[in-house]
Amino acid sequence: MVDIPFDQVAGIPPAEVAEVELYHPHSWWTRYVFSQDAKVIAVQYSITAMSIGMVALVLSWMMRLQLGFPGTFSFIDANQYLQFITMHGMIMVIYLLTALFLGGFGNYLIPLMVGARDMVFPYVNMLSYWVYLLAVLVLAATFFVPGGPTGAGWTLYPPQAILSGTPGQDWGIVLMLASLILFIIGFTMGGLNYVVTVLQARTRGMTLMRMPLTVWGIFTATVMALLAFPALFVASVMLLLDRLLGTSFFMPTLVEMGQLTKYGGGSPILFQHLFWFFGHPEVYIVALPAFGIISDLISTHARKNIFGYRMMVWAIVAIGALSFVVWAHHMYVSGMHPYFGFFFATTTLIIAIPTAIKVYNWVLTLWRGDIHLTVPMLFALGFIVTFVNGGLTGLFLGNVVVDVPLSDTMFVVAHFHMVMGIAPIMAVFGGIYHWYPKVTGRMLNDALGRFHFWVTFIGAYAVFFPMHYLGLLGMPRRYHDIGETTFVPASAHDLNAFMSVAALIVGFAQLVFLFNLVWSLFKGKEAGGNPWGATSLEWQTPETPPGHGNWGKELPVVYRWAYDYSVPGAARDFIPQNEPPAKVLAQGAHP
Amino acid sequence: MSAIVLFIATIAAIAGWWLSQQRLAAKPWLEQGIAVDLRGERGSSVPAAKIGLGVFLAVVGSLFALLISAYSMRTTMVDWRELPLPRLVWFNTGVLVISSVALQWALTAARHDDHDGLIAGLLVGGASAVMFLIGQLVVWQQLNIAGYVMASNPANSFFYLITALHGLHVTGGLVALGRATVKLWRGAPMTQMRLSVELCTIYWHFLLLVWLVLLGLLTGWTDNFVDICRQLLT
Repeated sequence: MVDIPFDQVAGIPPAEVAEVELYHPHSWWTRYVFSQDAKVIAVQYSITAMSIGMVALVLSWMMRLQLGFPGTFSFIDANQYLQFITMHGMIMVIYLLTALFLGGFGNYLIPLMVGARDMVFPYVNMLSYWVYLLAVLVLAATFFVPGGPTGAGWTLYPPQAILSGTPGQDWGIVLMLASLILFIIGFTMGGLNYVVTVLQARTRGMTLMRMPLTVWGIFTATVMALLAFPALFVASVMLLLDRLLGTSFFMPTLVEMGQLTKYGGGSPILFQHLFWFFGHPEVYIVALPAFGIISDLISTHARKNIFGYRMMVWAIVAIGALSFVVWAHHMYVSGMHPYFGFFFATTTLIIAIPTAIKVYNWVLTLWRGDIHLTVPMLFALGFIVTFVNGGLTGLFLGNVVVDVPLSDTMFVVAHFHMVMGIAPIMAVFGGIYHWYPKVTGRMLNDALGRFHFWVTFIGAYAVFFPMHYLGLLGMPRRYHDIGETTFVPASAHDLNAFMSVAALIVGFAQLVFLFNLVWSLFKGKEAGGNPWGATSLEWQTPETPPGHGNWGKELPVVYRWAYDYSVPGAARDFIPQNEPPAKVLAQGAHP
Repeated sequence: MSAIVLFIATIAAIAGWWLSQQRLAAKPWLEQGIAVDLRGERGSSVPAAKIGLGVFLAVVGSLFALLISAYSMRTTMVDWRELPLPRLVWFNTGVLVISSVALQWALTAARHDDHDGLIAGLLVGGASAVMFLIGQLVVWQQLNIAGYVMASNPANSFFYLITALHGLHVTGGLVALGRATVKLWRGAPMTQMRLSVELCTIYWHFLLLVWLVLLGLLTGWTDNFVDICRQLLT
């Protein structure tokens, strides 16, 4: 509670920083390829994640082509459709979003935002990326092995995941599980870095309650991921043993193709428990970094301090803790005890409280702010809208009685795409438009950015909003072809065709974004050190892009929180975190 | 899932305690200047590697708690047939205890600048850990010969899986211990060695604790405890 006394005029002498043992690269290879610099690793993570994400995007086109125009495309059969679904989901959730938020944004922003020179274990950090790359390559290899990738659905439920009726039973499922195991090992290496860097490497004056919310979001998400991914690890190892060695962890006694299998007595529900013990926290592993990024974007581009900073931090922590006791709401139709369902429905609805606090705080930050409708701000607003939309349908599905009839319909697909597909990707785009100038020193093209936003935002609504209606009609998910049914009217088929066209257009808009990323690297407007007039430390680096070691000789000293925007009386409408009070006083501010 | 829920609750309690020390009720918008940073005042003496190990142990703990959860769920199915544990397992347990004690001894020696004691402790600790691993492999072989193969019963499958994962973690520890020993061999100063040895020792004690818990599970001693937990939660 007590501040260290400081000289009003001279400020505080820079902290005495012990000589940091930074690894200094000696060659092109160690500088750009086997680099131990978190910034390079972040770019590597991002490029890899976006590359494999493009594969998932093409897969979604394939799925939409089949759904919109069934029977038209001879190269998509039922098996392939299932494989497309599986790989699309798996890639988007784990290999794109998780890797991009934690490996990409985490690596770049944590050391810069907390005023560190690098991650605390740079070598392990480098290893983390290479293991992740290996996991991606193993995943990509499944497209080329005999039988193709697995078509078990992204949840990989046994027994069907390893039975012969499911495509990819030979190689696909084995490589999929191996890839997941690798991913988890790689992530754990990175995750240890993110957590310990936040705990140990903050610069002088950077208390936890002065950290930007982005760091809070990534930090909490990493802690959750470290504790939740072991569940997927255990489930993957056990399923792999069932598949390869014929154990019966999950596999019940069953008849396959008229023959009794070697399996017996196992519990498919056990897999579901393990999977969703990971799977639900995973939703928030993706959402919390997005929450953090959006908070910072909104505050910066509305030139106003974030409303209710303390509440925002507490809400992040509360969501993180609560998300570990809601997993069985994904299993309402698995035949669980009704009291269990009641318990999990209650915890699920309780999560809505901290989440709603966050949404209100974003809106109240915008209230009477000086809103600059920059591209990052547009994406941040898009995030709020899509997240609220998806969150409200989550309240529907969180209730057992509503969930049971809607389970396995397109309503669920619409819900989770809105809340953890579109919304986090809006945060990703907003974040990229916001921090690209720091990473490259150049601005992304504004006109292309606006085009990208509007097509993506409206297009995503055109795809996923009508999907709720299809779900309410009872249209099932995961079906290759609905065929002739009485409950699906002809208009629903027209709607499906419309959604497919919209999906194609949204996909092409992402190509414009990729073009913008490359084009602006060479032709973009020079950004300067702090183009948005932001307060947090990453914008105060002596060089842009930040050099090796991030800061000059001395680490920055932090005097204030990250949200001093439009402080009455200050000369500028933002006060950087490392600006001494004496300097502000000299300019006549009354903070 | 009671074991993992209990484990997460424990972690949450620790995290909550830690957060309660971090002035989360501060009003950063009213404060300027260098706020007192608890980490800076007293916590920074803890090296990053030690915190990193602590976080890693939480991850490993979560892994084994999940295995225990899966184990206790699977035992309730009708096809479960208990696996007779070979006596050698008890011998192995003793060897692992010796390994832990030896490393503790090495740590004490490192703190007292006792170079010879440190080397002896590290070598005895490492050798007995290797012996533990060999012993576990022999246990596998004995079980295999007796017809308790991996896939014949879920109890066997769990035994092999649990011992394999525990053994892998011991192997990983041996790599770290080997590196520390090589460092000492090359004449690293005692001040540097202390941290390495301390980290290894913490990890060894943790793996011993995990092994004792797993042993209790595999011998059925914890059945009663698990039953109580299950009754509490259902």
